[in-house]
Amino acid sequence: MSIMSKFAPLKEAYDLLRTQGADPFSLKFDEILSPTEGVLNGRRTILLGTNNYLGLTFDENCIEASIAVLKAQGTGTTGSRIANGSYSGHRELEQRLATFFGRKDCMVFSTGYQANLGLLSTVAARGDHLVIDADSHASIYDGCRLGHAEVVRFRHNDPDDLYKRLRRLNDQPGDKIIVVEGLYSMLGDTAPVKEIAAVKRETGAYLVVDEAHSMGVLGENGRGLAEEAGVEADVDFVVGTFSKSLGSVGGFCVSDIDDFDLLRVACRPYMFTASLPPAVIASTIEALAQMQKRPELRAKLVANGKRLYDGLNALGFTTGPQPSPVVAVSIPERGLAVAFWNALLEAGLYLNLALPPATPTGTPLLRSSVSAAHTDAQIDTAIDLFAEVGRQLGVLPDVKTPKRLSA
Amino acid sequence: METVDQEVRSRISAALQEVVGRPVAVSDETDIVNDLGLDSLAVMNFVMALEDEYDISMPLDRMAEVQTVGDLVRTIEELRGNLRK
Repeated sequence: MSIMSKFAPLKEAYDLLRTQGADPFSLKFDEILSPTEGVLNGRRTILLGTNNYLGLTFDENCIEASIAVLKAQGTGTTGSRIANGSYSGHRELEQRLATFFGRKDCMVFSTGYQANLGLLSTVAARGDHLVIDADSHASIYDGCRLGHAEVVRFRHNDPDDLYKRLRRLNDQPGDKIIVVEGLYSMLGDTAPVKEIAAVKRETGAYLVVDEAHSMGVLGENGRGLAEEAGVEADVDFVVGTFSKSLGSVGGFCVSDIDDFDLLRVACRPYMFTASLPPAVIASTIEALAQMQKRPELRAKLVANGKRLYDGLNALGFTTGPQPSPVVAVSIPERGLAVAFWNALLEAGLYLNLALPPATPTGTPLLRSSVSAAHTDAQIDTAIDLFAEVGRQLGVLPDVKTPKRLSA
Repeated sequence: METVDQEVRSRISAALQEVVGRPVAVSDETDIVNDLGLDSLAVMNFVMALEDEYDISMPLDRMAEVQTVGDLVRTIEELRGNLRK
């Protein structure tokens, strides 16, 4: 018996997966050529699963801003902001994010994961109640577990079930905090946040919206789902990340709550980890500016998502409920999904393989995320490869003529 | 109390048969994950059906303690008791 023997079932599943082809959880790129292309095993590969929504990872302005600060301020802060202090960039980024979201305050975290970990484990204390969507990201579940509040989940995107859960808590003391995501990362579906905001108002709860996948993606100004739905005033805390639309790493929370700054000396995932390197902060500040300056990026992103979604639906694939920059194809069986994913990879297309029980549908998913940097030709190549492999593997009928949007 | 337990037990048993999709022999010692082979998604759906049935919400930390059908019966009974207080 080894200390690792508790992982025997995991090992068995993982070993089986690896006998079926490449290891989907540990790919090694030889080179990254652009936001949409890499080299994998010597082959040029289209990147269609990297959440690089606006394609800003190679933006010249962001790179130049980062280099200048790297040279001026060094490679790292070597500690947390409460111990080592903040650099000018940390405060500047917080102010810019607060302004962008029209909020009083902002806290920057070292990753998006830590933003959820920090906020949820701190604002919800013993005696409080977190009521979270059942399909929440791992960082939301983990933030809930780190704190001492009671955690209840409601059925995914079901405001009636949410209401029922809050009603059951009616006579219990403590704050009630609803947690939802703007755009769910597996299927690309959005929360019915208007209805959820109505439940929040009626029950006197607080509302947290994680806009990790919707910032820079939804809303006229890219502020996310709450902006698009016109309910920003009902949202008490917006959480987000820099590692998707903004092309770097880090996370944040903005709020209008009085005394929000107290969290800086109460929130352990903020206090006891190193702050972001100044060069990362600098590229993020520039990416936020680029995002605001270039709304055409968002328009192209949305168009690319729709092109892929429509193309795959026309072929007869089962996709998520609505077009979005995340497009997931459900494959009925695990072995078939693994074979499909490997065939796409060998043909030069990289996307994400998601396997149950880590999928909301209970079926394996081939998950794509498009970027504003994808060309129409790249999206069409992806659709063609899906068609080809789908027919080879019998996921699609042989005869069906695909309805293509344009050549 | 005994009869109430019995009623909860048979409802759980019926709900389990539904998610497993075949008749299963269920006792208090039945391990919900290991004996019945349910994955976490199936467990969640099954628990949500019971939550509706009894108008309760089962907090995640309580759910984490549930391993057997007997644990589940006890937890549901306690949560219903809490509600009546």
